[in-house]
Amino acid sequence: VPSEPATRTFPSPFDVPAPAGAEDWRRLYPAYYLFSEERREFEEDKFWFFDGLHNPEPVYPFDAIMTESWWVFLNQFLTRVWQVPPALGIDQRLVNGYLYVSPTTIDDPEEIEKRVPVFLERAGRYYENWDEIYEKWVGKAEDCIARLRKIEFEPLAEIEPMETVTSIRGTTSAWDIMRLYDELLENMHEMACYHFELNMLGYGAFMTFSDFCKNAFPDIPDQSIARMVGGVDILFFRPDDEVRKLSRLALELGVADALVDNEDPDEALKAIGAVQGGDQWLAALEQAKEPWFWFSTGPGYCHQHRAWIDDLTVPLGAMRGYIARLRAGENIDRPLDEILRERERIASEYRELLPTDDDRSAFDETLGLARKVYPFVENHNFYVEHWHHSIFWNKVRDLGKVFEAYGFFHDFEDIFFLHRYEVHEALFDMLTAWATTNPGRSGYWQDEIAERKRIMERLRQWAPPPALGKPPDAVTEAATVMLWGITTDMVEQWLDAQEGDGAGDGAASALRGFAASPGVVEGPARVITAVDQLDEVELGEILVCPVTAPSWAPVFAKIGGAVSDVGGIMSHAAIVSREYGLPAVVGTGFGTKQIQTGQRLRVDGNEGTVTVVEG
Amino acid sequence: MSAAATQIRWLEECDASSVSEVGGKCASLGELIRMGMAVPPGFAVTTRAHDAFLDRHAVREREAELLASVHYDELREVADASERLRELVEQLELPEGTAAAVRAAYEQLCEGGANQPVAVRSSALAEDLATASFAGQLQTYLWVQGADAVVEHVRRCWSGFFTPEALSYRHRQGIAAEDARMSVGVQRMVRARCAGVLFTLNPVNGDRSKVVIESTWGLGETLVSGEVDPDRFTVDKVTLDLLATTIGAKQVERRPDPAGGGVVVADVEAGRRSVPSLSEEEAMALARVGKAIERHAGRPQDIEWAVDADTDEILVLQARAETVWSQRERPPTVQKRGSALEYVLADLLNR
Repeated sequence: VPSEPATRTFPSPFDVPAPAGAEDWRRLYPAYYLFSEERREFEEDKFWFFDGLHNPEPVYPFDAIMTESWWVFLNQFLTRVWQVPPALGIDQRLVNGYLYVSPTTIDDPEEIEKRVPVFLERAGRYYENWDEIYEKWVGKAEDCIARLRKIEFEPLAEIEPMETVTSIRGTTSAWDIMRLYDELLENMHEMACYHFELNMLGYGAFMTFSDFCKNAFPDIPDQSIARMVGGVDILFFRPDDEVRKLSRLALELGVADALVDNEDPDEALKAIGAVQGGDQWLAALEQAKEPWFWFSTGPGYCHQHRAWIDDLTVPLGAMRGYIARLRAGENIDRPLDEILRERERIASEYRELLPTDDDRSAFDETLGLARKVYPFVENHNFYVEHWHHSIFWNKVRDLGKVFEAYGFFHDFEDIFFLHRYEVHEALFDMLTAWATTNPGRSGYWQDEIAERKRIMERLRQWAPPPALGKPPDAVTEAATVMLWGITTDMVEQWLDAQEGDGAGDGAASALRGFAASPGVVEGPARVITAVDQLDEVELGEILVCPVTAPSWAPVFAKIGGAVSDVGGIMSHAAIVSREYGLPAVVGTGFGTKQIQTGQRLRVDGNEGTVTVVEG
Repeated sequence: MSAAATQIRWLEECDASSVSEVGGKCASLGELIRMGMAVPPGFAVTTRAHDAFLDRHAVREREAELLASVHYDELREVADASERLRELVEQLELPEGTAAAVRAAYEQLCEGGANQPVAVRSSALAEDLATASFAGQLQTYLWVQGADAVVEHVRRCWSGFFTPEALSYRHRQGIAAEDARMSVGVQRMVRARCAGVLFTLNPVNGDRSKVVIESTWGLGETLVSGEVDPDRFTVDKVTLDLLATTIGAKQVERRPDPAGGGVVVADVEAGRRSVPSLSEEEAMALARVGKAIERHAGRPQDIEWAVDADTDEILVLQARAETVWSQRERPPTVQKRGSALEYVLADLLNR
């Protein structure tokens, strides 16, 4: 191995040019989100990587509430609640609208040592009472969601309703909207608190077991570790289970043809309603929807990824697939008993292979804790990113509709082009105009939004480099490895790709990523960059995407293998691929850039490589 | 028991308790058959037959005479004694009953098809033990055809009982001449598409959660002797996932000599060198075989195997206890701690 010169580095975040026509992109975001001269020395010395896992596209100004909420609450738990000994915060910046993150760790052993007793006492209390705490957590999450649902934004009326007078409440609808908007934001931040209350501890316990296994059995596949810990009663398989159930019911009730023959969801529902048994099926659909169709078609951090409940294209498309398979006599059930049996067999066989009784005791302790925390690790996404966030986005839309109805915005979706603090200004402006019955500055907002739409369009064409700043000697920070799937090797490959001028030469080189799900498969590539392209996927194709969301699960029934740009072994694509027994390589960095639809790919889920074999 | 029954024992009649009769190799092949493994059919020419041969011709007396004056640290002297004993043995006839029993067993092994090729190998008492590697295993004759040739090669194996290495070994181990004897195994040859060895641990680092398979084209002897860079497959022992594949150059292969008996070494055509000699399914099936044998034996194994070119069947040729890692102390993976929380802390601090 030739020695690498020590000077290899990623571009400075200060040297990244803005895309032509989007030079003014910084106006979309608050000052604290930008690289800045006064922090230059600190910022240039750090390693920043692109968070395509949660935010594959440029961040809409309003959507920044999601990234900002973990910016404060994840870090608060890490540094100020648990004092995870070696961890400092994970910082964020926006570059050309794309989110870059940078974890920090403590090197000074004395400083780390000081934090140990704090961590042991606090984390200890949570681990010891985990089951009870998790049960309460579910209650808190559901209560938070229930309160979110109650927030209703009504259009501004020509004249205040009579009820304001009869109730003698003294407050008004303008005040209501101001309060409800604040409540909406608070509710979002409250859920973010719950999200990170258990998140770090959950992943920490999982990682402890994972590291133990890797130590005891060098090169043990990550999927083996996940299979020993993972449960089968996972909420994010529930929506897909509901879809299977509805597919079976459609055949039983004889409404399957009406569903299969109508691609458009509205027409399909109308056709089903018109046949006998249709009412019963529609009732079953309604029942399944709450809450299981509050299932985002994306990672839940961007408003444009709609939930199934808002757009039935994905679940109805999946049902058409399942109906075809059922008619062909296939079994579409997940083999739950078998998965559970395998989980016990694998764990007991690895355990037997350990060298000493002390190791077996460590294995039992760490596996026990990992399994204890796992229901949270696996299920929280449904509560937080899917159920809560999907409703949250709709509430923001409802507020947008108030602006649209008053003629302040052209379209209710325009609200997403303003930052939440700017929405305060626009709201106040509109309420003032409404109260005075004089003109407000709707023209200003409309012009600004139009300009921002243009800028966002340019930003979307830009390809964010995987990393900026100073590369670390080794990637050791826990969340970086676990959540984002970034490893020392990966950073080396990015540096290599940067030198080799990466993207041009896709055919010759193999892409490397995480071996997320075992097996080797060849097939034609289907590059998907947005959820509305999912119906283009054909049987046996290799799905190549920036990142997958759990709601894509049905498409996994069709494909031969999966490749993603971002994600680690616990990413959705990895979990779902293992579930479906498909070879998958995740975290390739450049997959969607280097691969073109139609090229023949070889996906090696054992080695973590993707090769273009033809085309 | 008939005379033939004391001279010959079929492999399926052997097991771990038969070592003194049929030697370690044949006894372990019998065990493999009993556990349901596919093993090429064959028989052992027993130690009793060997005893009878040595007694008939008073070879032990001659041995005692020759070795009495040998200084074992003088290699020349050992070599001289060896040469004279081997010359003697190679001139001697097998007792008639033994020769007839070998011929009859060989005919039976051919199952009507005349002159089926067999391998003739020594199966000594001390070899194949986890703690000893005995020089006697050097006697292996491949692709022997015809009853006369089989009888001839049994005698050659017996001659190999007196190699300088074998004499020195017995002296070193303090094995008296009257206690030493050897069995010979006769086994149908496998027409091997590919063959090789497998370890039920990773021979590089001793990791017991892996099965490592080395494989090459043709008979496995090219691999054992180090004439080729084999393909290497690493399989997870628990999940049977194929974790890594390295394709070796597989420069040459051993095939039967088209001109007659024995085998020849031939170059592998360039186009076939880069082709994996095993499919993923075959690697997994081999790992399953290794796992089953290890479980039966209760310790890590070193196994020789071949894939039949006609039937694609996996055949086990030999299974021994792995000797390198099995004898080392296995250090603990982690320091024992009082609670799961303390393991979490240690993990956070040691990243």
